[in-house]
Parts: sequence; C-alpha cells; structure tokens
Amino acid sequence: MEIDRDTLLLMLRRMWMIRNFELKVMEVHEAGEFTGAAHPYIGEEAVAVGACAALEDTDYIAGNHRSHGHPIAKGGRVDKAMAELYGRVDGYCKGKGGSMHLADYSIGILGESGILGSSVPVAVGAALAAHIRGDNFVSLAFFGDGASNQGALHESMNLASVWKLPIIFLCENNQYAVTTSYAETVAVEHVSDRASAYNMPGLLVDGQDAIAMYEATAAAVKRARAGEGPTLIEGLTYRFEEHSLGLGRVRRGEYRTQEEIDSWRKRDPLDILEKTLISQQIATREECDAINADTVEEVEKATDFARNSPFPEPEALFDDMWANPIPLP
Amino acid sequence: MSQMVFIEAINQAIAEEMRRDESVYIMGEDIRRAVYGATADLLGEFGEKRVLDTPLSENGFFGAAIGSSLVGMRPIVETLTSFMWVGMDQLISQAAKMRYMFGGQATLPVVFRATMFYGGGSAAHHSDRSYPMFMNMPGIKIVVPSNPADMKGLLKAAVRDDDPVIIFEDGTLFGMRGEVPDDADLPQGELVVPFGEAKIVREGTDCTIVGIAGAVNHAVTASNQLAAEGISVEVIDPRTLVPFDKQTVLDSVEKTGRLVIADPAHKVCSAASEIASIVAEEGFWSLQAPIQKVASEQVHIPYSPALEKLVYPTADKIAAAVRRTLAD
Repeated sequence: MEIDRDTLLLMLRRMWMIRNFELKVMEVHEAGEFTGAAHPYIGEEAVAVGACAALEDTDYIAGNHRSHGHPIAKGGRVDKAMAELYGRVDGYCKGKGGSMHLADYSIGILGESGILGSSVPVAVGAALAAHIRGDNFVSLAFFGDGASNQGALHESMNLASVWKLPIIFLCENNQYAVTTSYAETVAVEHVSDRASAYNMPGLLVDGQDAIAMYEATAAAVKRARAGEGPTLIEGLTYRFEEHSLGLGRVRRGEYRTQEEIDSWRKRDPLDILEKTLISQQIATREECDAINADTVEEVEKATDFARNSPFPEPEALFDDMWANPIPLP
Repeated sequence: MSQMVFIEAINQAIAEEMRRDESVYIMGEDIRRAVYGATADLLGEFGEKRVLDTPLSENGFFGAAIGSSLVGMRPIVETLTSFMWVGMDQLISQAAKMRYMFGGQATLPVVFRATMFYGGGSAAHHSDRSYPMFMNMPGIKIVVPSNPADMKGLLKAAVRDDDPVIIFEDGTLFGMRGEVPDDADLPQGELVVPFGEAKIVREGTDCTIVGIAGAVNHAVTASNQLAAEGISVEVIDPRTLVPFDKQTVLDSVEKTGRLVIADPAHKVCSAASEIASIVAEEGFWSLQAPIQKVASEQVHIPYSPALEKLVYPTADKIAAAVRRTLAD
C-alpha cells in the first residue's frame, strides 16, 4: 500500500509528540507537579499513530486508561491534554477527568475509560449510529490484552458482527495487564485468534511498525466503510515503562526480565519508522531530528500552558453534571 | 380524554416520538414481536433499523445505545430492572459519568425503560425495584410513573431530555386503565409531563402520604379507607425522583404536620429514606409525629404467593402507618 509522504511525516511527528509528552509527564510527575495516576504509552506509539493515521477527523475513537497516546495520535492538542493532567481549567475536561479521561469531541475522541473494556461498547454505539443513519464514518476501539478477557469485548464483537457495524477492534497487546502476563490469562495464542468466534477477520500485526499498523487499519476501515462489518486487529507491542507512574515504588517482585525489556527496547517504534523513512529517502536524518526537536518544544510550551492555567473555581464543582440542568438536591 | 391501559400509553409515547424525530430508535430483547406488549406494531411502521432485537448482551447493547447517543441518536432501550445488573458497568461507568468526567463535552440523550415485574411470583431474580440504587449515583434522571397519562407524558419528556433517563415502569400497573388526555384537548397540543413536578393526587389536611410508582395507588386506597374514619389524607406522587420536587412535599407537610412514605423498594436507603431525610432536615418544625416509612421488607422476593404478599407496601400497611402518626 502506498502511503504519501505527508502522512508518513505526520505519523513520525505524532509518535515523537507522544514520546516527548510522556517523557515530560514522567519528569514533572516525579517532581510532584501533579498527582494522580498516569500510564505512560512509551514503546507503544506506533500502534495508535499507525491506526489513527488511517482515520478521518470525522471518525470516532474510544480508549482506555493508558490514555495520552490515543488522543495525540488522533490529532488532539498537547496543551489541553497537559493542562488536564495538571487539573487545570484549560484542560480538555476542565480538570474533571485527569490523565485517564482525556476526550476531544471536536475531532471524534469519545473519551478514554478507566474501567477496562468499558469504552468498547460505547465505540460500537457510534458505529451503530452510522449504520442506522447510513453515515459513512467508522469507529475504532482501543483496548489491551487484559481487557480482551472482559465480557464487554465479547458482547461487543458479537453484536458488531451480527449487525455488520463499521468498527475496528484494536487490541494493543503490550503483553502485561499491570504485572500479569497475557500468556497466563488469554486462552488462545493470539488475541486476534478470537476473531474467528465472531466471524470477522483477525489480523496479527507488528505493533512496533507504524506502517504495518497503518496498512492493517486502512484495510479494516475500507471494509467497514463498505458495509462489510468489523475487524479485529492485534498490534503486538510492549510497554517500555512501568504500568503507571510510581507503581515501581510499591510493587513487590519483578514480573519482566531485564533481558526481555532490553530486547523490546531494541525494537523502538521511532527507530523503526525513522530507519524506513531514511532508507527509502522519504526523509533525511536531519528532518527526522528536526521533527523530534519541534515536538520537544511544543511539549515544553504545553507544559508552560498547563502550569499557567488556573485551577477551577469552587463553583465549577457543580458544572457539567447535566445537559438539561436540575436543582441540586 | 381517552381510556387507555398503561402498556398502551407506553406504546403510544414511543410511536409518537419515533414519528416526530428520526433519531429516536428502540432496542431490546424480543421487542420486534413485543413479548411485553409495549413495542407492538413498531417494527411494521419503523422498520428493522429503528426497531432492533438485541442479543442477550446487556453490557454490550446498553453501551451501544449510550455510544450512539453521543453522536446524535436518541435511543430508547427496553429492559427489565433485574437485567440491569448485567449492564451496570455501562449505566454507571459510562452513562452516568461521561458528561461530567469529560467536562461537559458528552451529551447522552438515552432512555432506559426498565420494567419492575414484582408481585406476580417472579421470585428474587425478576422482581427488582432498584431505583434507590440509581438515586445514589449522580448523573441519571429517574422517573417513576404511577398511571397511564403520566407514563405517556413522562416517557415523551424522557425522550426529549438530553440526559440519561431511567424510567422504572411498575409492572403491577401494566393492566391499569386510566384517562389519558387527547392532544387536541391540551393547550400545548401534546402530552409532555415535565420532570421535577410532583402531583397532588388528593388533597387533605391531617397527614401527607408520598407514594412511589405503584404505591401511589395503594396510598389512594388507604386514604379512602381513612376518609371513612374521618381522617383527611393528602396524597403526593413525586413522578420523578431525580429531579425531586421537595417543595411540594415540604409545603404539604407544613399543612398536615405528618408524613408517611410508601415505597415498593427495599426499605434500607430507599427513596422513602431520602424523602424522610429531606423532611427531617428541612421540615422538622412542621412535624407533629415521627415520619413513617412503609417500604418493602429487607428480604429477597420469595416465590410463594403466601410469602411474597407480605413483602410490599399495601393499602392496609399504609393506613396503619397514617393512624400511628395520629395516635396520641
């Protein structure tokens, strides 16, 4: 499949944006600039970026607790994302959602869910709306290997297949649900094997390869827009960092060997994409480095934006409960 | 005025709203063949895309309804209260929380019609009256109609509301016949009952009874018995629990000085508990006697009719509670 240069460079930019955003988040979280859970996406950037590059702004996504990568991959704003992590009024959710609940309805990001598997039926619902109205948009649900065991996933895949809904089920298999290995908790060898039970294609893709993720997703999107129904894609990837920031200080006992972590770090999705772009003379080393530097700067600006944004006023506590407001009890 | 049974009022409200607005659709189990009656003839008029029979997957299709509402649809989901447990994650983690959690970006005009089939030998797994559990969770509007006219008008209001609504349909009322105003006779041209406006079903001076759903009718029966004893009872139907029209109740208690609350839900942390606490906090100096709760016993619903009939509020229990408030 041919991918145009602009798309490839946009993918590289968004991957660097996620990487540098997450590095900054780790730094400022460690420094105590904000508290609360945050789950770094480092190592998995190619999955969300490759997938979202195959979508339009008018398509929908829904995601999970490891939630910074999905919106940035879909074209979300890092300043509003960072301000949300800081709990500030200029954050995506005015400080009401935090790290695990970023959303941007203006570009189809229906929201990240801290309850795993829970946003998948919601994404199916967006696809159902397209089906009922005859609209041309598709929906894409991100979930992990852990959530692939949730009943919500199985109910959603069955429902979407029966009704031939335009949805892509995208499993980011980073191989561990916190500390529990997927090999010990998933009854089949690959999550994508489960597609056959729901009569849909199941694709196992190298999740470190953004171009492979793009191609698989583009094929699934085409199928969905043609009314042929859902696809399950498994991007096999790896979480380079701890499950959540600070967890390493609490956890007792190791669950991954250093050799395993090192071997995956050698397959850094940014190295892989840059090598491809340079070897195919799509971009030079200098151009790639400039994109990286550019995103470092944008993340710095976003962090300043977050730091300078005020906390919500106390009155904001009661805002945004209802679309048609009712009196407080 | 037309005479109509409760289930016909539901059917009429759904059909009228689906005719009025193409974004309204209905989904649920066995609705095309209308096994509970409320969805009769919808398939023929509106077609398969807007009348969806679902797999037995409450978590899946509740979520699908919620997701579709985020992007402009107005789903009506038919279910039973007891099946809601299977889909609770979607109701609570998503429907109730999304709007607030996402800083007001999400709008969820989704209606769940949850039937409460109690009192007919359905035993513990099919007889839930679970609205108090949802009152505890911010983010869901809660509707408890007690007669065909309100059922129709409240369901139409629910479909037009932009927030998640659960209508707890009292299955003991499904065969209830009542007067439903014709649209042509209404000044606004249609029957839409706004949320948060309690109805004074019967005026009185000695004691106030607040009834929830089917218990409103038991309260009326009790008040007839008590009238024969010279006791004048005011009966209030809140019609919606979220929002709750507390002023109408407080005004009534100010007049009568006494309060009985009849609630088919389990008595611990019931709707009755909440109403009692509101009046205790804000209407204490109006009270001339302790508040009485007449709610379901704190046991599961037994199958045997000999036992089941002991569980719920009845007219006799309500009348006895009113007499207690008047005892010296």
